[in-house]
Parts: sequence; C-alpha cells; structure tokens
Amino acid sequence: MTPIRFSPSSLREGRWYEYVIRFALGGAATVFTGFISSLYGASVGGLFLAVPAIFCASATLIEKHETRRKRKAGLVGERRGQKAAALDAAGAALGALGLLAFAVIFSMLVKSSKPAAFIGASLVWLIVSLAAWYVRRKVRSVWRARTVEKASGSAVSRSRYG
Amino acid sequence: MTEYVVRFLVGGVVVSAFAMLGDVLRPKSFAGLFGAAPSVALATLGIAVYQHGSGYGALQSHSMMAGAIALAVYSVFVCHLLVRARLRAAPATLVSFVVWLIVAFGLLTLAGAQT
Repeated sequence: MTPIRFSPSSLREGRWYEYVIRFALGGAATVFTGFISSLYGASVGGLFLAVPAIFCASATLIEKHETRRKRKAGLVGERRGQKAAALDAAGAALGALGLLAFAVIFSMLVKSSKPAAFIGASLVWLIVSLAAWYVRRKVRSVWRARTVEKASGSAVSRSRYG
Repeated sequence: MTEYVVRFLVGGVVVSAFAMLGDVLRPKSFAGLFGAAPSVALATLGIAVYQHGSGYGALQSHSMMAGAIALAVYSVFVCHLLVRARLRAAPATLVSFVVWLIVAFGLLTLAGAQT
C-alpha cells in the first residue's frame, strides 16, 4: 500500500499565474455564494457551499503538469495526464463524503456553540475523508489480489488440462 | 462593497491553502480529498454566522448536504469521462457541472426548500 507523503517539489512545477488563478477562482466562488444567498435565500446559497469551485482549475493543472513531466521524459503524456486527473477526481468523490459529514455536524452544533461547530465539523471532514480513502485502498488491494489469484489459478488449470 | 472584498480575500486564501495542501500530498487519490475540502464552506459560513447568526448558518449547512452529495456524483462522473470517454480535464469538469446542478437542485427540491 502506497504511504501518504509530502512532495514539496510539486509546488515548483506550478507557474505563478496558476496560483493567482486559483486564488481568484476561490475568491470569486465565495463572493458568488454570498451573492446567491442574498438573492435567493440561505437554502439555495447553501448548495453552493459544496460547489466544485476550483476543481476544474485543479484537475486541468494536474493534467498539464503530468503531461509536461512525461514529455520531458520523452514520452507521450496526454493519457497519463488524464489518468492523473481521474485519480484526483476519485479522491474528490471520497472527500465529498467528508463534506457531507461536515455539513451534518455543523448543522447539529452551530446553534449550541459556533467555535465547536467549525472545529468539530472540520475534524469530522478530515476523519471521514481519511477513513473513506483508507477503506477504498483496502478494498482495491483485496480485489486486485483476488483477480491475480484467479488469473494464476486459471493459468495453472489451463496448463494441466488444456 | 467591503463585504464582497472581504469575502473575496478570505475565500481566495482558504481555497488556495487547501489547494496547495493537495499539491504537495501524494498519492494523487489522497491529494484529491482536498479537492472536496470545505474551503468555500468555511469562508462563507464564517461570514454568514458572524453577519446573520447561527440559525442562518444551520439553514445553509442543511442544503450544503445536497450540494455535497451532488459533488460526490459530479466527481465520479468526471472520473468516468476522463477514463472511459477519454475527454481532457477542462471539458470533462465543465460538462459535468451540469450534473452537479441537476443533482443539487433535484435533491433540494425533493427535500423541500426553505427560504
């Protein structure tokens, strides 16, 4: 199982304007959410608290960086870039479960204590996201092991009876 | 006007912080968790609770649940478009936004929106 690790060198791959774009998109998404809330009410505005605001920019950057890295190594990197962005999307799907838990805990705690609501909901987001990621990894590794076992089993039976 | 400038700055900082955290973490599926971090939620709910009180924040977080489910569906849809339809990241994420809108507003309608 691949361990979780820090790779600070990844920050050097980014161009300065890419960080500016993400900052602007994040700011714009927050302004937009506030604007929607004031225009259509808290319920409709609340939907946009889970809007994939910078997902488009992030996925495009990941794809671009991976493609660039493969090209430097003399390979065609487009497919690898798409796969890297797909992995990021798979992780975001698991993170969305954490975001759901964040919303549930926040709505439960905010009326009794505001600081507890923010801290508790953030912690629950982290715990649920990590747990979902860990379970997915475990399930995938068990599934892979079974597939390899089946493949080797059928190869043995083919060599015996084939 | 000042409120929107504050929103822009707070949102920009929080979203960038989570995005950079996602950049430096490996493997990529783990870093992807930060693509669904509560970055916009933290910035917006902080301002909303400060301005309108905890009842308003609670109402927003109720419909945020529908948004979060829509985000999970959106992410899976993006993943399939990239892997199976072999679309590039930009068109895949933009086209899938329609899916997010349909699921989010569909769930909100089912739950019965309160304003």
